[in-house]
Amino acid sequence: MGDYMLFIVSCIFVNNILLAQYLGNCPFLGTSKKMETALGMAMAVVFVMVMTSAVTWIVQIYVLEKFGLVYLRTIAFILLIASVVQFVEMFLKKNIPALYAGLGIFLPLITTNCAVLGVCIINVDGKFTFVKSLVSAFAYSGGYGLALILFAGVRERILLARVPKPLQDTSIGLVTAGLMALGFFAFKGMV
Amino acid sequence: MAKTLVQEFTKGLWDEIPPFRLVLGICPALAVSKAVEDGLGMGIALTFVLVCSNMLISAIRKIIPSQVRIACFIVVVATFVIVVELVMQAYTYALFLKLGIFIPLIVVNCIVLGRAEAFAYKQGVIRSCADGLGLGIGFTISLVALAGLREVFGSGTFLGIPVFGPSFQPFSFLVLAPGAFVCLGLMLSIMNLAKK
Repeated sequence: MGDYMLFIVSCIFVNNILLAQYLGNCPFLGTSKKMETALGMAMAVVFVMVMTSAVTWIVQIYVLEKFGLVYLRTIAFILLIASVVQFVEMFLKKNIPALYAGLGIFLPLITTNCAVLGVCIINVDGKFTFVKSLVSAFAYSGGYGLALILFAGVRERILLARVPKPLQDTSIGLVTAGLMALGFFAFKGMV
Repeated sequence: MAKTLVQEFTKGLWDEIPPFRLVLGICPALAVSKAVEDGLGMGIALTFVLVCSNMLISAIRKIIPSQVRIACFIVVVATFVIVVELVMQAYTYALFLKLGIFIPLIVVNCIVLGRAEAFAYKQGVIRSCADGLGLGIGFTISLVALAGLREVFGSGTFLGIPVFGPSFQPFSFLVLAPGAFVCLGLMLSIMNLAKK
C-alpha cells in the first residue's frame, strides 16, 4: 500500500505529465484560456486516460505479445484510443446527456492528445501490472488536470494584465508554464 | 492565388515555420531540445514522416471518404512512424533510447495530422511533398536553434564538445523542464518581434 501511495505522489507531482514530461502541451495551451474549458478538458482526460490504459494493457498482453506483433504497437494503440474515444462519445450522448454536454467538444480532441498515448506507452514499457496501470493512468491524468486547472487560473489573471506586445498570448503562456514547472520541480526531492 | 512549388517549400522555412509561426507540435519541441543531437534526430525523423505521409495521403485523397478521413490519416501516419521507429532502433540505437517515447508520439504530433488535413487532402502529390519537406526542415531548424541555445548555455557544450573552457559554470536551469518552457516562450516572443 505504501508503495502505491509513493507511486501516486510521484505521478501527480514529481513526474507531472505536463510540466516534467512535456506531454499534452497543445491542448494545455489551447484550452487553458478559460476556467470552464480547462475543467471540461481535465475531466475528459481523466475519463479517457483510465479507459484507454485498461484497453491498451489488455491488447498489449493478450494480443500483441501473445502473437509476436509488438512492432505494431503504435498503430494498434492509436486506433484503440481513437475507437475508445468514439465509443465513449456515443455512449455519453445517448445515456448521460448532462455529462456529454460538459465534455462533448473535448472528446474528439483527446485522440490527438499525446499525454493519452504517452501514458499507455509508459505503462506498457514499464511492465506494470493491470492494477498498477490503472493507478498510474489515474494519477497521471489527475496531475494533468491539476496543472491544467491551476494554469487556467493564472491565465485568467494574465488577461487583465498589460503584457508587452511580442510576449502576448502563447508566448507569455509558455513562460508562465515554465514558472509553474519550476514550482512542481520543488517536489523533486520528495520521492 | 496559386503559389509556385518553390513558395510551398520556402513558406515552411520562415512564413509558417513550426513551432513558432504555426504553434503546433510543442511537446517534442520542449522535450527533445535538451541537446543539439537529439533535436537534429527528432527533426529528421519528423521530416521523413511528414513528407511520406503527405505524399501518400495526397496520392489516395480521391478514394478516402471524407467521413472517416481522420482515421485514415492516422493509419497512414502510424505506418510511417513504425518504419522510423524500427530503422532508428536498428541503426541509431543510442539516439533511439534518448528520444524514447517521443518517436511513437510522432503519430499524434499536431503538425503531421494538421498538414494532412489542411494541405495534403486538398493538393497534388508534388505540392504536398514540397510542403512536407519545407515544414519538416523548418521544424528541424527551430529544434536545432532551441536545442543549441539550451545546450550551449545549459551544459556548456555544442554537439557534446565543450565550448567555454573549464571555468564555465553551466546555467543548468535551461536543460531542466522549466527552462524548456521559458526558453521556447522567449524565442516565440523574439519571433513575434521580428515579424513586425
